[in-house]
Amino acid sequence: MLTVRGVSKRYGSVLANDGIDLTLNAGEVHALLGENGAGKSTLSKIIYGYTRPDAGEILLGGEPARLRSPRDARALGIGMVFQNFMLIPALSVLENVALFLKDLPLVLDQEGIAGRIRAIGGRFGLQVDPHALVRQLSVGDRQKVEILKLLLAEARILIFDEPTKVLAPHEVEGLFQVFAALKAEGYAILFITHKLREVVACADRITVLRQGRVAGGFGPGEAQVGTLVKMMFGESGGEAPAATAPVGGGTRPILELRGASARGAGSETTLQGLNLTIHEGEVLGLAGVSGSGQKELGDLILGLRPLTGGSRWFRGEDASSWSIARLRERGVAFVPEDALAMAAVPGMSVRENLSLGTGAVYRRGLAVDWRALEAAMGASFEALAFPMPPLDSPIAALSGGNLQRVVIAREMAHGPSLIIALYPTRGLDARSAASVRDLLRRARDGGAGVLFISEDLEELAEMSDRLLVLFQGALVGEFPRGSWRLEDVGRLMTGSEEVAGV
Amino acid sequence: MMTPLALGVLAGAVLSGTSLLYATLGETLVERSGIVNLGLEGVLLMGASVGFSVTAVTGNPWIGLAAAALTGGLANALFGWLVVLRKANQLASGLAMMFFGFGLSALVGAPHVGAVIVGLPKWRPAWLAALPWVSASTLFNYDLLTWLALPVALLVWWVLFKTRWGLGVRAVGESPGAAYASGRNPAVLQFQALGFGGVLAGLAGAHLSLSLTLTWAEYMTAGRGFIAIALVIFSKWNPLRAVAGALLFGGAEALQLQLQARGSLISPFILDMMPYVLTLLVLLAWGGSRRLAAPAGLGRTFFGSE
Amino acid sequence: MSETALRPILRPILRHTLVAGAALALFSAILLVAGKNPLQAAADSFRSMASVYGFSELLVRMTPLILTAVAVALPSRLGLINVGGEGQLYMGAWMATAGALWFPPLPRWAMLPLVAAMGFLGGALWAAIPGILRAAKLVNETIATLLLNYVAPLIVSYSIFGPWKALGSSAYPESPAYPDAALLPTFFETRVHGGLILALLALLAYWLLVDKTRWGLQMRAIGGNAEAAQRLGIPVAMFLVAALALGGGMAGLAGMGEAMGVHGRLRQGLSPGFGFTGFLIAWLAGGRPLGILFMAFLFAIITAAGDTLQITQGLPFSVVNILLAMILFIVLARRPGASR
Repeated sequence: MLTVRGVSKRYGSVLANDGIDLTLNAGEVHALLGENGAGKSTLSKIIYGYTRPDAGEILLGGEPARLRSPRDARALGIGMVFQNFMLIPALSVLENVALFLKDLPLVLDQEGIAGRIRAIGGRFGLQVDPHALVRQLSVGDRQKVEILKLLLAEARILIFDEPTKVLAPHEVEGLFQVFAALKAEGYAILFITHKLREVVACADRITVLRQGRVAGGFGPGEAQVGTLVKMMFGESGGEAPAATAPVGGGTRPILELRGASARGAGSETTLQGLNLTIHEGEVLGLAGVSGSGQKELGDLILGLRPLTGGSRWFRGEDASSWSIARLRERGVAFVPEDALAMAAVPGMSVRENLSLGTGAVYRRGLAVDWRALEAAMGASFEALAFPMPPLDSPIAALSGGNLQRVVIAREMAHGPSLIIALYPTRGLDARSAASVRDLLRRARDGGAGVLFISEDLEELAEMSDRLLVLFQGALVGEFPRGSWRLEDVGRLMTGSEEVAGV
Repeated sequence: MMTPLALGVLAGAVLSGTSLLYATLGETLVERSGIVNLGLEGVLLMGASVGFSVTAVTGNPWIGLAAAALTGGLANALFGWLVVLRKANQLASGLAMMFFGFGLSALVGAPHVGAVIVGLPKWRPAWLAALPWVSASTLFNYDLLTWLALPVALLVWWVLFKTRWGLGVRAVGESPGAAYASGRNPAVLQFQALGFGGVLAGLAGAHLSLSLTLTWAEYMTAGRGFIAIALVIFSKWNPLRAVAGALLFGGAEALQLQLQARGSLISPFILDMMPYVLTLLVLLAWGGSRRLAAPAGLGRTFFGSE
Repeated sequence: MSETALRPILRPILRHTLVAGAALALFSAILLVAGKNPLQAAADSFRSMASVYGFSELLVRMTPLILTAVAVALPSRLGLINVGGEGQLYMGAWMATAGALWFPPLPRWAMLPLVAAMGFLGGALWAAIPGILRAAKLVNETIATLLLNYVAPLIVSYSIFGPWKALGSSAYPESPAYPDAALLPTFFETRVHGGLILALLALLAYWLLVDKTRWGLQMRAIGGNAEAAQRLGIPVAMFLVAALALGGGMAGLAGMGEAMGVHGRLRQGLSPGFGFTGFLIAWLAGGRPLGILFMAFLFAIITAAGDTLQITQGLPFSVVNILLAMILFIVLARRPGASR
């Protein structure tokens, strides 16, 4: 149905796609497999018309296709389900779908559209209430709306960009069933992912990308996990998660939450009666589907969110009403997912950013003691073996990984005793992510307590000495290292199993 | 039965609220597309002065009305050029429009200060006039703009929520990215919303000088533009609720006028403060929760963050 | 100075001059359409400014403009938009009047600081109200300050017609004259008054605060990324209120200056739009102190021209707003994609 021939695309010095060939057939699930940065996103954007290739062409049904914009792609029946849904939370499912319909009449026929949504939803296992507001839907349901949008817009080729990233294991099952139903009716599905197990479970055909090139392709039933891994990562075989030995001793609690509750406004999650302890020298992992309250919990511990019930204890002292500044002074550090949005000020230089959050430590009269600050920060960078970027450069000019390193150096400069890491490796390339994890482990070895919040179960498996599961604002499971399976945690994450432990 | 004061206030509320309602409806359309026009005050003034001046020159209030509507549309188009095409800061651009309106309206209106004009004709259906408590007041003795106020509000509501165009406008206001992904041109939709909104604002201004008072004076809108902007928030960007809001604030103004006319002992200055203080109190009481009802695209401009 | 050192100074001056020139051209076009002679207008304006007295009048106009510009610039470092300069100015004048009229007679060295403090306090409190509303996330400060602009002059009018009515007054209602001790000293034979010194000191204080102190750093952090600032322990709410109050206080000083330095009593119509002009100045200057000084001078020229136009060409003073708008339009339109 759709053929990609010799497509190449360069972004500056990076050759994102290099002479790629790929064929999508009707009635087939074709998986596009590759590590982060292998070029999958770029290729999908080209197929969808978001960007134009430097070389190569795309053929639809044998004829070359002019894809100048997503509009052209949609007209040709190509639809894409993005990672960040193109949905409008304030509008209803019906309105979101209507927005993308090809034959929308001047006056909206709401009942008619609702009927079509229900019909198609039933046929492919995508049931949603057409009149519900998108902001009230769970992430899994929102994905269904995205798919419905495409189907009702008469797409025949569906591209899914990392669709399972936001789903729990058994929701993934549901998605694969949808794939099967679509396949049966002759749709072509391009399934982009980096998760091997899923690919082996549902794909008919597999293309592996590595560093912008096609590293290999497999027909139905030909692929094996081992071969795929070698292809994705090259000879080194990728990273085997280091199984670190749990640190013995050091069981003094640093932070305790006793029956802590916090009210969430609007789309935020309300936390109910949480009991949680973080000890010295431990990495406490927190798993949960996005929107379970992880951010709210992190904010609660940091002092950003007020307690509406229960108490918070820091090293045995009642810290329930401490301000953020006080908690930071006592050694609480924060490593966020999006440093530029949450922990750095874009308009300022690196130097100025480093001076923030240190309270009055580097003071000279009314001004800042820059020399002392630079000395202390320099020492911190050295201790972490990070290169220190030029202090006068604007912080917005740094890459994601470097920015994260600056934030970490700043946070670690005063030897924190509690580190709250909220999706700290999100958006980082593999090497930076590994170095962040390594750093957090070293902090733990030095006696700090680390709260490690992540959506990546493999990462959590590697890092956590203990694992907690958060679901809809409540803690529903606790597991010591090595005592849990992916499926158990997955079920707890989606509330489909009863509390086991906490 | 209703007292003369109550009748007076009710009648005054409708008269006063007419221009507020049109201004609020216009701004609602514009804000639904993701743009805030803080210079609404200037647009109203331009409509008032152009309407008055053209009427004074031609002797025909309908031509004046049409000119005012056109002026409003053009003013908003200028604003759109700045904000949509040149991507200028919305708040600063709005204030620039306000200044522009102050000055241009003064220039246009200056030669006609004190002119006597024939305003918009008013009429009242006979069966209503027959009712005793109606005939004694100005109730239901309205000009065309006031008679059409409610239907226009309904029309704006219907267009926004029941038509393809309205859906597109709301989509742009919530997420220009999604609107673009659906094959629409956000800029075009915003300009269209600005155009219609401007026409409504021009009509609102004209009502002040062609019907409510038959005069022109500099700054005669006295902050109505800002009250309208507050009303948009108060009515949660819903044209139907705007009717209630306009009546409420029109009533406050009418009450103050009635009290002054009856020789109330309260200083006229204190009474003059009422609309603004009331607006502030209303926003205070309900403002915090309004943020969630706002079109998402307004967030950065209006609320400074998120 | 080498060429490369000169260029960074020359370029903004060149740019500002070009903008002023373009705006003047547009303004002249509008004058022509209105049937007036722009060249004559320019000649009249220039003539009235070309004397020593004319120049001193420019300084008199500049004084409140510098202060109202700082009133906008200071909160803008935190991302706050203070459009309430008008109201804060009036409340400053009002409070200063209260100080001058209610307190027992004091010698000048005590009275002046008192009156100045009251002026500052008046503006600060008036701005603190929207500040608190904003910090509590209840009302956007742009709307709140705008609305309060309409209330403050009414309070002044009420006082002048009521408790502070000067008996046996002239056609215009006004308060009784201030005791001499409360009046700001004037210089030479001109109307330039001590308020100018206050204004320049305020500008200096603003620069020092924002650029050189820890507080200034924290303020800029809030302005750059309020969420990050909060997470880093900066008490954002306190800073928001304090910044607006400080800014309002500056505008209050402007009001006090006009009342105690220029008019000698409290009157209606104290401000022909100083607050809004200050906003424009601060915005055009990008919040930079030297830019504020330059722009304040430029706008003093423009408003002086406006007065002249009113007298010689019979144009309403408000027409000057068109020129202000033109300048702003041009600056806004020239920066595609830049939204501050």
